[in-house]
Amino acid sequence: MLGLDKKDFRLLLIVIAITLLAPFILNPFPEGSGMAQFNAGYPDLMQRFVIYGIFAIGFNILFGLTGYLSFGHAAFLGVGSYAAIWMMKLVTLNVIPAIILGVIIAGLFALAVGYISLRRSGIYFSILTLAFAQMSYALAYSVLTPITGGETGLQIKATDSPLLSNLEPGQIGRANLFGMDMRAGFDLSFGDWLFTINAGYYIAAVFMILAFYLSIRIFRSPFGTMLRAVKSNQTRMYYTGLNARPYTLAAFVISGMYAGLAGGLLVAMDTQAGPERMFWTASGEVVLMTILGGAGTLIGPVLGSGAIKYMENILSKINKDILHEWFAFMPDGLEDFIIAIVYPFIGKGWHLTLGLIFMAVVIFLPGGLVEGGQRIGRLLRGKKANPNDDKATQSTPAE
Amino acid sequence: MSKTDLTRRGLLKTSAIAGAGVALPTIFTASSAAAFTNEPTGDTVTLGFNVPQTGPYADEGADELRAYELAVEHLNGGGDGGMMNTFSSNALQGNGIMGKKVEYVTGDTQTKADAARASAKSMIEKDGAVMITGGSSSGVAVAVQALCQEAGVIFMAGLTHSNDTTGKDRKANGFRHFFNSYMSGAALAPVLANAYGTDRKAYHLTADYNWGYTTEEAVRASTEAMGWETVAAVKTPLTQTDFSSYIAPVLQSGADTLVLNHYGGNMVNSLTNAVQFGLRDKQVNGKDFQIVVPLYSRLMAKGAGENVKGIFGSTNWHWSLQDEGSKAFVKSFGTKYGFPPSQAAHTCYVQAMLYADAVERAGSFNPCAVVEALEGFEFDGMGNGPTLYRAEDHQCFKDVLVVKGKENPESEFDLLEIVEVTPVDQVTYAPDHPQMGGADATLGECNDGA
Repeated sequence: MLGLDKKDFRLLLIVIAITLLAPFILNPFPEGSGMAQFNAGYPDLMQRFVIYGIFAIGFNILFGLTGYLSFGHAAFLGVGSYAAIWMMKLVTLNVIPAIILGVIIAGLFALAVGYISLRRSGIYFSILTLAFAQMSYALAYSVLTPITGGETGLQIKATDSPLLSNLEPGQIGRANLFGMDMRAGFDLSFGDWLFTINAGYYIAAVFMILAFYLSIRIFRSPFGTMLRAVKSNQTRMYYTGLNARPYTLAAFVISGMYAGLAGGLLVAMDTQAGPERMFWTASGEVVLMTILGGAGTLIGPVLGSGAIKYMENILSKINKDILHEWFAFMPDGLEDFIIAIVYPFIGKGWHLTLGLIFMAVVIFLPGGLVEGGQRIGRLLRGKKANPNDDKATQSTPAE
Repeated sequence: MSKTDLTRRGLLKTSAIAGAGVALPTIFTASSAAAFTNEPTGDTVTLGFNVPQTGPYADEGADELRAYELAVEHLNGGGDGGMMNTFSSNALQGNGIMGKKVEYVTGDTQTKADAARASAKSMIEKDGAVMITGGSSSGVAVAVQALCQEAGVIFMAGLTHSNDTTGKDRKANGFRHFFNSYMSGAALAPVLANAYGTDRKAYHLTADYNWGYTTEEAVRASTEAMGWETVAAVKTPLTQTDFSSYIAPVLQSGADTLVLNHYGGNMVNSLTNAVQFGLRDKQVNGKDFQIVVPLYSRLMAKGAGENVKGIFGSTNWHWSLQDEGSKAFVKSFGTKYGFPPSQAAHTCYVQAMLYADAVERAGSFNPCAVVEALEGFEFDGMGNGPTLYRAEDHQCFKDVLVVKGKENPESEFDLLEIVEVTPVDQVTYAPDHPQMGGADATLGECNDGA
């Protein structure tokens, strides 16, 4: 259906179901209970899950299929954000034109960067993209301050009055979709459980489902096969008379446009753009997301981005006091001892936990979380790992 | 994906539907029940402490968090009460805020606007924080302030020195206790004129971002008004760690004073380079060469070590102040943590207290009531002498300290000595001052999220 075979269609349905039910799935613990700390079903984080999911899906089209490791993808996210916020500041507060402009500008920028960077491959390509991204960051941070707002970034202010909106003077414009505020929504409570249904999240979720569908189509298309050929042996491709450059450039631009879409959506959900979005750590983050989830797999990048954003937003907020509450039942000496051991891994130490998990995944599950899921699935079904089965679904680890 | 996921989802779905069936009668929309964003309805109130725990300002962030924990302890009636005893307003009783016990959540801003907003949003959306405070950079402060304005909660800025926070980016829901670039310039200029004369030629090295620009502008304006001449102003990349290539041209320019508009690691490195180049032993235009650092902090002085000796700068507060408020704060901070607080800790502690006090006086957690209570509020006993929270831009006006690096420090905390306490009149400016965004800058309307 929809041009997909049965297996892919099932995957798409699963993704749709999970995204639509996310407000419920992510809030499994009742409000006020000790475990409520681990609930992730609040609008901002859910929006980040899907937006960074889009970003990672796009990155995976380039990295997972062609094997070209771009280390500057955050630049496209940032450029998309700046384009979107200017659209909102000047023309209209409706998010759709802003997102479209974000995608277009990011695509054009990716075309320029890709045209130059793709002349080299391997580590040189990575370094070139990194250089472009850092250059964009430096430009946004200081040189282009009149356009980008420098360190402070851009926001919608009371003094902005977009052409196609009728704001009262002094009123601060809000992002909307044909009049529906991105922050509109309501809370559902079932007993102690509280679920937040948010308009912005569902809009972003629809974009992610579309982005995911498009990525399946690309993966299964002849174009996708060409991209895989680039990854497996580009030299052989040249010997058979095929020019790989147009394919890789197209993949690069598509993936840049995905990043622009994510950037535009970030602005639509939270009307602010700043240069840190383009910093090299942000580029590194999407690489981590993709590898953690499983490079070259369809669902992997989404899982990876979810895992990282969850840790960044939930784990980092556990502080010493909360630990003391958890372990209060223990005798004093033991409590302090346990807390001394656990504390470095949570709160500000969440990077450490992320690093350990990443190492564990890369060493034991080269196919990322997806491979972990497959192994568990096989275990549950009581089947022994079938080497053929393995080959069909698992990607080669990132080169 | 495998089949098991499907059944798991099925399970989840079934249980969700079953749950919905059981709980159907209790469905209500929470937004209609509250009068304003995150109205505290139970017997506790949650504050959000959003500080950098990782990144370049993690030291400041850690100290801020210590101060907040101390403030919460004092608000809930624990400890020795600290500055609550010296505060001129007596609304706080030590029984929480309006009888509600103060709880808090913490987050990591990473000194990035995006991360700071994400963590502030999670405090507002998930934890129900009614006030957000903290931060150690102006970019973050401006971003989070705008977010709080949108969401309808109060923002009490932490360490942010750029003019913009209460200048062109001021917001009705945002308040700043810390001083700013303009005040630094205005306070430093007369002291510099006294010490170094009025016919100096200054060379500026400025960190290439917003805070650097506003500081350079403020110091230039104030020193030029005294008769100094600005020879050149060079921007340095924020990520620069070796400033030798920027220092070398200084001597050829004919300048006899170097102004380092740098903060944190930048300042530590540029000052160290300048001293290593022997700038301070040079004679130019028949005068000793001098270096000035507009914004000082103890943590920076520690990083620069020996090199800060005798160098002038300004600071918001210093633990060696001898007024009752400062002494009480240093004592209770020292008792709890074993070392004196930094200026970041001080401003954060004061902000938390001021917020709590404003709620008590207003008799409500409603942001608009709090804004009203804070606007034009005059207080004393918080370490800076008589202070005014100006209604027009939500900036605190108080005396500014001009300090210099101590020649003979007695301990690792005793690095700065107070040269002069510049009276508040000298650093006061009009709310529509050109450096503050001019007449265009407005607070807008307060927003309670209803």
